[in-house]
Amino acid sequence: ILIVDISDALSERDKVKFTVHTKSTLPNFKQNEFSVVRQHEEFIWLHDSFVENEEYAGYIIPPAPPKPDFDASREKLQKLGEGEGSMTKEEFTKMKQELEAEYLAIFKKTVAMHEVFLCRVAAHPVLRKDLNFHVFLEYNQDLSVRGKNKKEKLEDFFKNVVKSADGVLVAGVKDVDDFFEHEKTFLLEYHNRVKDSSAKSDRMIRSHKSTFLFFFIWCEWSKVFLFCSLINRFFLKVSELFEKTRKIEARVAADEDLKLADLLKYYLRESQAAKDLLYRRGRALVDYENANKALDKARAKNKDVLQAETTQQVCCQKFEKISESAKQELIDFKTRRVAAFRKNLVELAELELKHAKGNLQLLQSCLGVLKGDT
Amino acid sequence: MFCSCELILFLLLTGDGMNAYMAYKVSTQTSLTMFRSKTFTVRRRFSDFLGLYEKLSEKHSQNGYIVPPPPEKSILGMTKVKVGKEDPSSAEFVERRRAALESFAACIDNYLPRAVSTQALSGAGFLKMLNKATDAVSKMTIKMNEQDVWFDEKIQDVENEEQHMRKLHVMVESLVNHRKELSGNTAVFAKSVAMLGSSEDNTALSRALSQLAEVEDRIEQLHQEQASNDFFTFSELLADYIRLLGAVKGCFDQRMKAWQRWQDAENMLQKKREAEAKLLWANKPDKLQQAKDEIAEWEAKVTQYEREFERISATVRKEVIRFDKEKARDFKRQIVKYLESLLNSQQQLIKYWEAFLPEAKAIA
Repeated sequence: ILIVDISDALSERDKVKFTVHTKSTLPNFKQNEFSVVRQHEEFIWLHDSFVENEEYAGYIIPPAPPKPDFDASREKLQKLGEGEGSMTKEEFTKMKQELEAEYLAIFKKTVAMHEVFLCRVAAHPVLRKDLNFHVFLEYNQDLSVRGKNKKEKLEDFFKNVVKSADGVLVAGVKDVDDFFEHEKTFLLEYHNRVKDSSAKSDRMIRSHKSTFLFFFIWCEWSKVFLFCSLINRFFLKVSELFEKTRKIEARVAADEDLKLADLLKYYLRESQAAKDLLYRRGRALVDYENANKALDKARAKNKDVLQAETTQQVCCQKFEKISESAKQELIDFKTRRVAAFRKNLVELAELELKHAKGNLQLLQSCLGVLKGDT
Repeated sequence: MFCSCELILFLLLTGDGMNAYMAYKVSTQTSLTMFRSKTFTVRRRFSDFLGLYEKLSEKHSQNGYIVPPPPEKSILGMTKVKVGKEDPSSAEFVERRRAALESFAACIDNYLPRAVSTQALSGAGFLKMLNKATDAVSKMTIKMNEQDVWFDEKIQDVENEEQHMRKLHVMVESLVNHRKELSGNTAVFAKSVAMLGSSEDNTALSRALSQLAEVEDRIEQLHQEQASNDFFTFSELLADYIRLLGAVKGCFDQRMKAWQRWQDAENMLQKKREAEAKLLWANKPDKLQQAKDEIAEWEAKVTQYEREFERISATVRKEVIRFDKEKARDFKRQIVKYLESLLNSQQQLIKYWEAFLPEAKAIA
């Protein structure tokens, strides 16, 4: 067995330190249970090493976790600190609590995303045996994977540009194999739609968060009627209610974020990884076809025939190896995707119900008291 | 003894073009004996309501009664409606005005216990009348020697209340906008999910996603309704109260005017007494009688104005206390209504998600 999780995480000024904890019975490791500390750059190094490894060309490489981004949250907290003088102590405390909760939520999410990456690798029958992966898990010193410098980033950029031009080229060639032809069409469309849904779910959830304004409105109301004893108790009761429903609304937005938005984001990245696999297979197919043409030419000229034959065989083997594993990978991708959507949609519906029922109960009991009071 | 009015938009655009006007059907149920029947319906237009305000204002506000002001006349809003634009905002305008007039009528019922003439009323120059009234109020800079501390405190309270109300008004408008934005984003998301569902090649998941799209669509409807609920309940409530507070302030100002009249009379009396003294000194007996007459006249005026001032003070005091009670009761009622609508929303939400859950579980 090989079980990997992130048991702890620490947020320092501009970096996050993840404690990667492993439990394993594999003989490759010196101990059965151990932990190391890793940073985001080291996860990226591991991911890139998979992508660059020709042996893994036929697999969907688990997508890299996104960089932890606390900038927006940190900025908001800073602004709050600056504006402390201009609001009441109560307002300040409430806003601070909200922003801190937001910061915590982002933190938890980034931990989850890094963990999912490691779990996917650990679950993959071939990738889990990768040497770099084992080093990542076990080597308790810094891996010294400095972030890419400017030159390397530029090289990456050009690599991507060439790839997308290539991608168009390769996508244009119709596949003899029905399965792959269908997958190609499907993935292209699916990826675009997931991208669209992901962006729109983010926007929807963000505007959901902004309707918490209501609570602050309510605080302002109570100030108006503080002096009016006839209505004091009434306002207090309603204030209590809104305080509680506001917390529930916050949870609703957070759960929608987790179960819906994050799901869509993840499958955006995974569908891209699947597309990359198809691209690599497409490239291998082009290479194979070119080798065939070269062989024909060599035979016609009767020159370098042996060399052309060898090249052709290598290309053929590479293409067939990729095709075989790709087929299985794509089938697994579908299974995983359907399972993940099912799990998340069921959990989303259950949570929405839980929160709506909670709200309902609060409203009913408050109304009961208010109506009885007159 | 009760009198309640219901306002329905009866005829839209009688007449044509710019001469068109909206007529309202005003249905009244009453137990007041002065009316010929228990229920009756009349047709009124907006200028009739303004005329009513003018009459009531004239008659009663001088005596310290709070006369609730009607909604402002909006030339732009009316023009849009007259030109026949199929504009959602003009439908909103029509509804806002109808609701505002209805609450104006209800206010009159609540706040003015005296009988009110519902005969057909005069037409022109109402805005001028209204503007004159508000001008008078704002120019009030009389510094009063407040004998009664109660009035001082009350005026301060009203000022504070108005400040808070205005702040709240801005916040509620912003809340309504946010909810509308949420509604829009939800609709867009629903469409996107429907598209995703149609490209998904697993049948059960595809169906579940299109169900999700439907749920989100219905939720968007809920948000829309909530937004208009927020608006009609809170925003209008606030706007009404802000206007009413203005009328309360007008009340206090009338009292100040009465005080000023009394003080001016006292000063005049003082002057007359000094004049008499001078005449006595200058020994002009023929003018003396006239001076004595004038003194008597002003003594009477002083007494009259003093009594009037005390009467108005008592009325204002009673009115403000009654206003507070009415306000508390009104607010409670509206908030309870609002909470009930929130409760409704939650019940709807539960229905939608309960229908969706089995679809999600059916994914295989």
